[in-house]
Amino acid sequence: MIKAILIFNNHGKPRLIRFYQYFAEDMQQQIIRETFHLVSKRDDNVCNFLEGGSLIGGSDYKLIYRHYATLYFVFCVDSSESELGILDLIQVFVETLDKCFENVCELDLIFHMDKVHYILQEVVMGGMVLETNMNEIVAQVEVQNRMEKSELCNQN
Amino acid sequence: MALKIVKGSIDRMFDKNLQDLVRGIRNHKEDEAKYISTCIDEIKQELKQDNIAVKANAVCKLTYLQMLGYDVSWAAFNIVEVMSSSKFTYKRIGYLAASQCFHENTDVIMLTTNQIRKDLSSPNQYDTGVALTGLSCFVTPDLARDLANDIMTLMSHTKPYIRKKAVLIMYKVFLKYPESLRPAFPRLKEKLEDPDPGVQSAAVNVICELARRNPKNYLSLAPLFFKLMTSSTNNWVLIKIIKLFGALTPLEPRLGKKLIEPLTNLIHSTSAMSLLYECVNTVIAVLISLSSGMPNHSASIQLCVQKLRILIEDSDQNLKYLGLLAMSKILKTHPKSVQSHKDLILQCLDDKDESIRLRALDLLYGMVSKKNLMEIVKKLMIHVDKAEGTTYRDELLTKIIDICSQSNYQYITNFEWYISILVELTRLEGTRHGHLIASQMLDVAIRVKAIRVFAVAQMATLLDNAHLLTGNMQRNGICEVLYAAAWICGEFSEHLENPVQTLEAMLRPKVATLPGHIQAVYVQNAAKLFATILKNQEGNTDSTAAQETSQMMIDRLPLFVQSANLEVQERASCILQLVKYIQKLQQKDVEVAEEVSALFAGELNPVAPKAQKKVPVPEGLDLDAWINEPPSESESEDEQPKAIFTKEEPKHSRPRHTEVDEKELARRREARKQEQANNPFYIKASPSSQKVYQEAPGVEHIPVVQIDLSVPLKVPATTPSHPTGLPMSDQYVKLEEERRQKERAEKKKKEKKKRKEKRSGRGKKHDSGPESEEDITPAHVVDIVTEEMPENALPSDDDDKDPNDPHKALDIDLDNLLETTARRPLADSEKLPVRSHRAAGAPKSSAEDGEAENATPQEPKKKSSKEKRDKKKDKERDRKRSKEEKKKKKHKHEEKEEDLLGGQAEEPVVQSEETKEVEAQPTSTSAEVSDLDFWLSNAPVPSNTQEAATVAEAAPAPEAPAGTAADSEPEEPKDTETEESKSSKHKKKKQKKEKEEKEKKKKKKHHHHHHHSDGGGEESVQNGTVEEEEPLPPMSNYCLLAENSYIKMMMEDADQVCDIQGNLQDGSQVVVSVIFENKSDSFLKSMEFNVLDSLNSKLQRPEGSGPHDGLTVPFQLPPGVSNEARFVFTVQSIVMPQKLKGTLTFIVKNEDSSTHEKLDFKLHFTCTSYLITTPCYSDAFAKLLESGDLKSSSVRLEGVNMPFHHLLARICFHHHFSVVERIDSCASMYSRSIQGHHVCLLVKTSGQTVSIDAKCDEPTLLGNVLDEIKQTFSQC
Repeated sequence: MIKAILIFNNHGKPRLIRFYQYFAEDMQQQIIRETFHLVSKRDDNVCNFLEGGSLIGGSDYKLIYRHYATLYFVFCVDSSESELGILDLIQVFVETLDKCFENVCELDLIFHMDKVHYILQEVVMGGMVLETNMNEIVAQVEVQNRMEKSELCNQN
Repeated sequence: MALKIVKGSIDRMFDKNLQDLVRGIRNHKEDEAKYISTCIDEIKQELKQDNIAVKANAVCKLTYLQMLGYDVSWAAFNIVEVMSSSKFTYKRIGYLAASQCFHENTDVIMLTTNQIRKDLSSPNQYDTGVALTGLSCFVTPDLARDLANDIMTLMSHTKPYIRKKAVLIMYKVFLKYPESLRPAFPRLKEKLEDPDPGVQSAAVNVICELARRNPKNYLSLAPLFFKLMTSSTNNWVLIKIIKLFGALTPLEPRLGKKLIEPLTNLIHSTSAMSLLYECVNTVIAVLISLSSGMPNHSASIQLCVQKLRILIEDSDQNLKYLGLLAMSKILKTHPKSVQSHKDLILQCLDDKDESIRLRALDLLYGMVSKKNLMEIVKKLMIHVDKAEGTTYRDELLTKIIDICSQSNYQYITNFEWYISILVELTRLEGTRHGHLIASQMLDVAIRVKAIRVFAVAQMATLLDNAHLLTGNMQRNGICEVLYAAAWICGEFSEHLENPVQTLEAMLRPKVATLPGHIQAVYVQNAAKLFATILKNQEGNTDSTAAQETSQMMIDRLPLFVQSANLEVQERASCILQLVKYIQKLQQKDVEVAEEVSALFAGELNPVAPKAQKKVPVPEGLDLDAWINEPPSESESEDEQPKAIFTKEEPKHSRPRHTEVDEKELARRREARKQEQANNPFYIKASPSSQKVYQEAPGVEHIPVVQIDLSVPLKVPATTPSHPTGLPMSDQYVKLEEERRQKERAEKKKKEKKKRKEKRSGRGKKHDSGPESEEDITPAHVVDIVTEEMPENALPSDDDDKDPNDPHKALDIDLDNLLETTARRPLADSEKLPVRSHRAAGAPKSSAEDGEAENATPQEPKKKSSKEKRDKKKDKERDRKRSKEEKKKKKHKHEEKEEDLLGGQAEEPVVQSEETKEVEAQPTSTSAEVSDLDFWLSNAPVPSNTQEAATVAEAAPAPEAPAGTAADSEPEEPKDTETEESKSSKHKKKKQKKEKEEKEKKKKKKHHHHHHHSDGGGEESVQNGTVEEEEPLPPMSNYCLLAENSYIKMMMEDADQVCDIQGNLQDGSQVVVSVIFENKSDSFLKSMEFNVLDSLNSKLQRPEGSGPHDGLTVPFQLPPGVSNEARFVFTVQSIVMPQKLKGTLTFIVKNEDSSTHEKLDFKLHFTCTSYLITTPCYSDAFAKLLESGDLKSSSVRLEGVNMPFHHLLARICFHHHFSVVERIDSCASMYSRSIQGHHVCLLVKTSGQTVSIDAKCDEPTLLGNVLDEIKQTFSQC
């Protein structure tokens, strides 16, 4: 199970947070801060797995993250997930974002948090991996975007 | 109208949308909070409007603010409003907001049930999808209950997009509403074979999640997953399945064996690192599960270790990390193979990556030996100095202590070194592990008596320099050490060099700033010290010194009497009054030392952590009974007593293994005992540990090496510049090295001497090469005191499960769907088919979760189900005695699963005519489980089975090479072969004859041959038709029951079982094993076995079924396959033989058609089948004959042309007798019926005539048995 997905930038500013277990808002912020603290001090050439995030879960949980340019993508997962699998999943997610936003950059995430959520919803659902095929994900996202567009046009 | 639209859009133009909000926040960096609060005000206004577009926009902005940490729960109702919009765009916004901020306690969630239900059934699949996604985040028990049925319907939706989401969300529903698991499971299982890969992957995902928590319930799915694993190409699915197998294989070693090959293939073939890694992981799990049974997997271990080495050496840090992680799993069972890569692991300790260093640290634990411990710890100490982060440093600290203290300090050769390491560790600033160091100090000082002198000296120095440790009270984690120091100095004060100085140090005003529980220990131990000092000083002529000490106590103690801490205060005032009184006495020149020290007389021994739990509950004491009836519930929570006493010192807890089965524990316990037995330091536990201390030599008798005073007794922390520049522990390392060198030199000298004396002229044998483990002797003889346990404590380690585990509720036995009264608020269509059970006579197999427990009549009901089963098993084992030895071993392996699996698969399908399996009474195991057994017990490669079948059928030539026969033992020939040899061994013994194993193999062919020769007959054939052969011909108890072009039934009726011995009069059961063999090319299924009951004999049927109902055979037969089923009959009178008519109906399924077929047969219960081979000693036999209760009868057999021992063997084998005594051509034999009749035979032979005189307490039975014996011999 994936317990949380956090995206924040090099300064720890959250760009997307998705918890699959309830935490109160202040706790969420604390988790983000702690995670950022743990992740940001790591060099880029060390491994992408991290133990010891005491706030989420216990020893069974790991932080698996990737660092792209200005953004950190952090997945907090338990031992039922394959570490390398999750790394691949992050890659799939980011590539999907890249396709949907055409050369995604931090600004896209800043201004379209909702859209990023909708894309993520096609990848992970309720903490479990839903789809890993990028084409399928993109296709579903696009159909829904078209629906949205047509609805808004009809309204106007 | 147009105007309205225009107005609406103008409104919206003035509203901020999400982008505007984000931009605004970015533009107001200085007063962000203020800006946001104005935005929230705007949002509140927008939410008040009727326009749904405006509302949705507002909710969208709230979602963003929620991310920034603002509580938006106040808008929950508005979110629900937006969710219920008919437009997808707004609905999506609403559900997103809900999924971000709703939780179980959000009260408006109750309002959403109907809306969600509506969305789930929406014609637009995306509405449904959005609802499912949202629900997956905020599902509550109520929602789960109300919507379970709707979601389950969606699992069969036409669109795969919906199916996969519905399948995934079911896991969340199960978690919140466990009752739904049972009805939903069949459909979930179906989805494993969904045509859409996404749905399939989702189903795999959910089942893996479920199985991870309660693996045993999902064992029956193993064949299906195995199929998926070998057919799927989706790495995601493969990874999940392989991980799942990793969880299942500890439960079922046979599964592991089956897995190794395909996994090894995958390891060799895959290019995906993630898949390779998971394969290696699971192979490791398999190896671990097999480690006790099969030593022959070194190739697989080597492969794993090799692959892992490649991973660790990879430049990719991720692979390095994972390689180390997996390596640590191997370490537990195959430490040797890991130790050979020590270089690599030590290298990783220096890695710049903390995660990798931590992993390498884990591995170190298994790499230490007596020889390298000091070196490794030294290396770690250097890391401690260098480490920046406290987490890593703390980790290092705990690792050092772990490594050193493991297996009762097994690897420590020099405890002075260890104490100084501990003292050095006290330098660590801000560590959280002060208590850990403290407990180690206490433990070592208490348990290693020889070290006390040294420890006390060190602790005294620590106390003296306490101010350095506690300089800053804020970081007082480390001051816990003072707790230990004070206690050690007090308790072992007789070893103190300068007790007065230490006493003074313990009573300094600064002490009052320490935490309360430490002060309390200070005060108490000051009193102990005081007692010692008095004792020392009273011997002197000058009494002023003693009085001065008393005065000091009286001066200093009032400080503690004023302490805010209750315990400190109490102890201090007690002791103060005591000292005042002592002072009075001293002034009168009364000798008090003796009395004062009596206060602290006696040794304090370590108590085992579980000792309290192990105190047996006295008879008649009910711990759960109320002493006083509880008061009414009104005054509950605020009245709860707070902890009065200071918290117990937290023990360093090892990672808990949540689910270790008992056999495993027993094994470990055994291993531990072994280890303790071999440990020279270990005092073996004796019944009363108190005794140990009386008998053990006192401390003074233990040779203690002189403390080398070249090592300053100072806390390193206190002396920034060491005289020698080395930290103290290093000096010990040096000393130890020197010592070892010396030892070695001495040894060499001795050897040289010897050699010189002997002048044997042998080459240099012992040169200065690295010494072996054994050569290192500890610095001084140390005894490590065992922990005290209450007398007659039970040696059990029961690890409790966490009672709060949410997954516990999901521990549902999915195979056994017997329950009749499960609450099901689900539609009728969801009702589960209740599986029919073959026989109610053997309920134990289904008692897995205690639900299906329809207890055996003979067993008292009070006992817990487990106990009951165990007991039953034991009894059965007793009865089966040596015969079942090998089985027992297997049982040990499986423990719980044993029941689940029934006995069938334990027996190779076609063979072992002789093995009587009590567990294999027809069980209520579900079809799947039997299928699993079948799958596991059968050939790993189906073709093999086919081969076996053909061998079995087409073997008319008895001369066929013995080798082919082995092929018909489908699974791991090695294993069965040994089994076979064992059983044959047994036979040998029984028949007191020598027989070659080869024949045993041949026998099978004969056996099949025999069926063939009789083939086609629809009639029961008397068992034991055998050809004449020298030496002893093979014999079989299986006889052909019936056969047609589709199926062949073979029966073994020799298996009689009376349920529990000691209750022989009561239930008499006969178990009939029938082998079904599919001879056709079609698939046979839905087999039903039915017998027309007679007055005397009845087939046992499950409760609730009518007297004429058939029993479903719990498996299906693919072409060419055979399997065995067992049926239980109750027989009232056993004195007469019985014949029962029966029918087998089944469906023959071809590719294009399926037809119903029927096969009639007759079951023949001979009287001998009611006899049980029971050994009898000659004296008991004689007594029996003397008793005169037996009626006699005799029979003469003419023309018996076989050696006497063959004759006896035949009687033994076919008629279940055992030989009591044999003298030349005369033998006495004995057997017993299931109802307790004794049958005694005296067999004499002369020429071709055999006369049998028989005695039995039941003449009818005897007559029939003799007739049967006669028939047996007339047939040869």
